[in-house]
Amino acid sequence: MRSLNGHLRLKSDFTLFKKMQLRDILTFSLRAATANRGRVLLMLLAMAIGVGSVVVFISLGDSARRYVINQFSSLGTDLLIVLPGRSETTGGPPPLLGETPRDLTLDDAMALYRARTVGRIAPIIAGSAPISVQGLEREMLVLGSTAELFEIRHLALSQGSFLPPGDPSRAESVCVIGLKGKKELFGSQPAIGKWLRIGDRRFRVIGILSSPGVSLGEDLGEIVIIPVAAAQSLFNTSSLFRILVEAKNTAVIEATRQSILETIRLRHEGEDDITVITQDAVLTTFNRIFKALTLSVTGIAAISLVVAGIMIMNVMLVAVSNRRAEIGLLKAVGASRGQILGLFLAESTILSSIGAVIGLILALAGIRLAGILFPQFPLQLAPWSPAIAIAVALISGIAFGVLPAHRAANLEPALALARR
Amino acid sequence: MIHLQHIERMFMVGEEEVHALRDVSMRAEAGEYIAIMGPSGSGKSSLLNILGLLDRPDSGSYELDGTLVSGLDEKQQAAIRMHKIGFVFQFFHLVPRLSAFENVALPLILSGVKPDERQTRVTAALASFGLGNRARHRPDQLSGGQRQRVAIARATIMQPSVILADEPTGNLDRSSGIEVAEILEELNRQGMTLIMVTHDPEMGKRSRRQILMVDGRIQ
Ligand SMILES: Nc1ncnc2c1ncn2[C@@H]1O[C@H](COP(=O)(O)OP(=O)(O)O)[C@@H](O)[C@H]1O
Ligand SMILES: [Mg+2]
Repeated sequence: MRSLNGHLRLKSDFTLFKKMQLRDILTFSLRAATANRGRVLLMLLAMAIGVGSVVVFISLGDSARRYVINQFSSLGTDLLIVLPGRSETTGGPPPLLGETPRDLTLDDAMALYRARTVGRIAPIIAGSAPISVQGLEREMLVLGSTAELFEIRHLALSQGSFLPPGDPSRAESVCVIGLKGKKELFGSQPAIGKWLRIGDRRFRVIGILSSPGVSLGEDLGEIVIIPVAAAQSLFNTSSLFRILVEAKNTAVIEATRQSILETIRLRHEGEDDITVITQDAVLTTFNRIFKALTLSVTGIAAISLVVAGIMIMNVMLVAVSNRRAEIGLLKAVGASRGQILGLFLAESTILSSIGAVIGLILALAGIRLAGILFPQFPLQLAPWSPAIAIAVALISGIAFGVLPAHRAANLEPALALARR
Repeated sequence: MIHLQHIERMFMVGEEEVHALRDVSMRAEAGEYIAIMGPSGSGKSSLLNILGLLDRPDSGSYELDGTLVSGLDEKQQAAIRMHKIGFVFQFFHLVPRLSAFENVALPLILSGVKPDERQTRVTAALASFGLGNRARHRPDQLSGGQRQRVAIARATIMQPSVILADEPTGNLDRSSGIEVAEILEELNRQGMTLIMVTHDPEMGKRSRRQILMVDGRIQ
C-alpha cells in the first residue's frame, strides 16, 4: 500500500502544496499563545488597559460634546438669540468709555416681526423674585415672555395651558409654573386656578410645565413664567434680557440675522448695539472644541496601546526563542517560511484581540459604573470607539508581531533542532 | 532514489573553519536500508540534515526521486519535506503542549487536510504503532519508547518515500530501542527508504548496508 512509485504525491509544479485551513491556524496559534501564562497575562492586561482607556476617553469626550450640543439643540437649530450690547468678537470698535448700550425694548422685539424670514419671537425678561403661597415662600426664577416661548423653547405642559396669545403689552395676571416649583408651593394639592404672589402682585396659575429637566443651565423645574408686560412692571423695567427669534427654517438663518441687525439699527439711530447669536455658530464652535479635546485625550490613551504593542513584541520574542525546537520541527514536517510567519502573526494578533476584548469589557463596565456614580452626566459609549480600539489593537498586534514572526520564520531548521 | 554529489558543508566556529562534510557523494536506491555510522563529530547528523533538507550544503548537488532538490527554492523544499521525507530525531521533538494525536496530525494540519480526514488517518496511524489508547496523552505522560513511536507516526503520516532517523534509539533503553528499530524496519519493508544514523554497532548490523563516516568523509 505504500509503494513509492505509485504514490508520487508531489507534482512537478507543487500545486499539491495546499494552504492551512484558517480554523487550524487559529486553534494552533490560540493554544500556543495561551500556553505560557504569566507573561501573557501581563501583556493582555496592558493591552486591555490600553484599549479600555482609549474607549473610555473617546466616550467621555464624545458624551461631553453630545451633552452640550443637546443642551443647545433642545432650543432648536433655527434659533437666534438677540442680546443687548455689542459683542466685541463681532469686530468693530469697542464701545466708548461711559457709553451704555441702548436697551432692547418690547417694541424692538415686535418690530422684528416685519422681517419676512422671522417665524416666532419671544421677548424675555428674567429676574429672581420671592414666590409665596399662603405663607410658604420660595425664591424662584421669573421669566416674562409671550405665548410663543412655548414653541420656541419646546416646552411641554403637564396640566393647564400656557400664556394666552395676544397683545404682548397686556399685563394679564396669570402664570405658568415649573413642576418642581409647583410641588414646593402646593404640594400634592391641585394648583390650576389657584393664586400665588410674586413680590407684591398676585398671579393665577393657569398651567404647569412637565419636567424637561435642565435646559441651558436654567432649571425649568423651578421657574415661573408670566406675561412679559407683567414682568416689566414687576421688575420695573422696560429693557429686555434677550429676544429669542425663530427663523422660518434653517436655510434663512443668516438672512434673518441680517434683517434683525438692520431693523434694530434703524430703530437705534444707526447704532449696531446688539449681538445676535446663532445656534449654528455656537454649535460649530463647541463641536470643534470637543473634537479637538477628545482627539488629544485619546492620543494620550493611545500611547498605552503602543506600550501594550511593545509588550506583545517582547512576549512573542521570548516565545520564539523558547520554541526554537518547535519551529524547527514544524519546518521539518513541511511548514514553509510563510506558514511560520503566518502562525506567529496569528498568535500576536490573537493575543492583542483578546486583550482588546477584555479592554472593551472593562470600558463598558467602567462607563456603566460612571453612569451609576454620576447619573447627571449622561456618559455613554461612543458608537465607533470599540471599532477604533479593536482596529488599533489589531494593527499594533500585527505591527509589533512582525519582527518576532520574521525571526521565527528565518530560523534554520537544522540549527533550531540541534541541542546546542 | 537519493543521489548526493560532492557535498561540502563548513561551519565557522569563532575564527575556525569546521568541515562537517567534505566532498560527500552517495547513492541510495528506493527501498534501501542504510546505517550511517562513525565517531561523534564525524558529520553523520550534518549529512542527514542535508538529506532531510533541514540544512543546505555549501556546494554539491542533491537529487531525490529524479528532482534536483538542491536547486529548489525554500517553499518547494518545504513541500518536499512535507510529502517525501519523514524525519525522526534522537530527542523526539514532540510539541509539549499538544497531545499525541495532535502531534501526529501536525503535517496534515500544515498541508490543509480537513479535520474528518485527519481524524481517520491519525487514528489509524496511532493504532498501527500500538498507541491507540494514548491519543489524548501529552508527551510528558508518555514513556520514551512511546514518544518515539508518536514521532515516527508523525514522520510517516504523509507517507513519505524516505525516512531519515538521527540516532532514533540513542535516548531509549535497550528494549524500547529494539522496538523502535523494528518499527522502522517494518516501514522499510513496506517500501520506504530508511537511512538511520547510529553509533551503536549492534544497531548498525541490522541494516543491509553501512556507511562509515570519519572526519566529514565517507570512508
Ligand atoms: N551548527 C553548527 N555550528 C558549528 N559547528 C557545527 C554545527 N553543526 C555541526 N557542527 C560541527 O560539525 C561537525 C560534525 O557535526 P555532526 O554532524 O553533528 O556530527 P555527528 O552527528 O557525527 O556527531 C562537528 O565538529 C560539529 O561540532
Ligand atoms: Mg549527531
